[in-house]
Amino acid sequence: MTDTQTRDPATANYDLTHPKRMPWSRLVKKGEVLRVVDLEGCQAVDTLVYDAYDHEDRYDYQQTLLAQKNIFITTGTVLYSTGGEPLMTVIDDTVGNHDTLGGACSAESNQVRFGLDKKHMHNCRDNFLHAAAENGMGKADITCNINLFMNVPVEPNGHLAIVDGVSCPGSYIDLRAERDVLVLISNCPQVNNPCNGYNPTPIRLIVWDE
Amino acid sequence: MTDQADTPTDNASTYDALRAAGRSAPARKRTVSDADLATPRELPEADVLYSETLQPGGQTAFVVRKGQVLRLADPKGGGSLAMVAVNADLPEERLNTADTAKVQWNAFLGKSMLILSDMGRALFSIVEDTSGHHDLILGGSSAKPTQAKFGGEPFLHNSRDNFELALAKFGLTRKSIVPSIAFFTGVDVAEDGSLSFAGGTGEPAFIDLRAEMDVLVALSNCPHPLDPGAEFAPPEAQATIWQPESELPLANATVEASRAFANTNALLAQLGK
Repeated sequence: MTDTQTRDPATANYDLTHPKRMPWSRLVKKGEVLRVVDLEGCQAVDTLVYDAYDHEDRYDYQQTLLAQKNIFITTGTVLYSTGGEPLMTVIDDTVGNHDTLGGACSAESNQVRFGLDKKHMHNCRDNFLHAAAENGMGKADITCNINLFMNVPVEPNGHLAIVDGVSCPGSYIDLRAERDVLVLISNCPQVNNPCNGYNPTPIRLIVWDE
Repeated sequence: MTDQADTPTDNASTYDALRAAGRSAPARKRTVSDADLATPRELPEADVLYSETLQPGGQTAFVVRKGQVLRLADPKGGGSLAMVAVNADLPEERLNTADTAKVQWNAFLGKSMLILSDMGRALFSIVEDTSGHHDLILGGSSAKPTQAKFGGEPFLHNSRDNFELALAKFGLTRKSIVPSIAFFTGVDVAEDGSLSFAGGTGEPAFIDLRAEMDVLVALSNCPHPLDPGAEFAPPEAQATIWQPESELPLANATVEASRAFANTNALLAQLGK
């Protein structure tokens, strides 16, 4: 994109180094650009987007993938809502294949995947529940999400797995808000699969004005 | 929190072993065996508890009790039937397409797989399938893409709005409508991630879903969103609830499935079911 090189963190209206494993939420206004930076590489960032004023109009991976006829999220991807409205557009991306089929880890899916004794482990669904609660929302508002920097190829026979990430230290994705949106993020705490290289790390979140 | 109790190396080797086991499962796509194709289509009348024909564009919702089997049928071939589902007792527990794929290491559904909730429990197990063409990547249709595809005709039905109607009659709002499954129509995923319509078998087909808890389902009979047909002309679909004479075997051949059933059974015990 034309302004990638010129988009300078010094001119941002928001710039946060967000700790590993923690939830985050913020209203991103129409026209603002949210950059998510994978500071140390291979760090999944689970992300949900809602219309800021109608939380029932929320990110819909199925309409998003239908519009582009491709499973990967990258530059040019429009994130569509359940109501069919554009929420955000990916205007720059240094990775190329963010995931939206793998969903968020949860206490319960960790149990099923990795053992019933994994229920206590820190997970993205619980992070989303914390971030949702802070915005007056609850479990019913949580839907299938985007996994920035997570690598989930699908093979011709349908085999699907989270595999080693391809994002490097400093990799980033820029999302422009197409309306006022509420963004929920879980900086993924998962250590049972390679989505974080088995080692969760901090991310950086930057917002620029239009 | 003791998230780091095991070393990253331990966790990596555990994951690699689970993934290898997941990969060794038979490929799901279009692997309907001759024996399954020979499964009698007709159910003995005495086994049938309820049956409903979904008209083109139609929708319905009902409860399937634990142990009952929901047969979804595309009686003429060429149809697509979309579904969402919730725990009938605790409706904040819902179908989760992402967990269904991720936990079973496969984005395509087929016989002996589970349909999972967002609470690590089995809603349904797939006990019979003569289609092998099912999609949870794009799922059912929605309003704007349907309008864009078929033009300005008002009131063309789409699955998302159908689910809203069907679930409203059970007191649920659109907040409860999650990404859906589209039965009898598959999609292909190319190496670069691009999606194309694989359609169905072209033949009549059915899938039998045994309820593993009491499940409220909503169904919608609308064309798959990638169906290239220029006309909005879905064939009739059939939904039948039937009671097998004897207990069917659990689909718990994998470690993941056995743990999902452990979670499901714990809930059923808590509910006194």
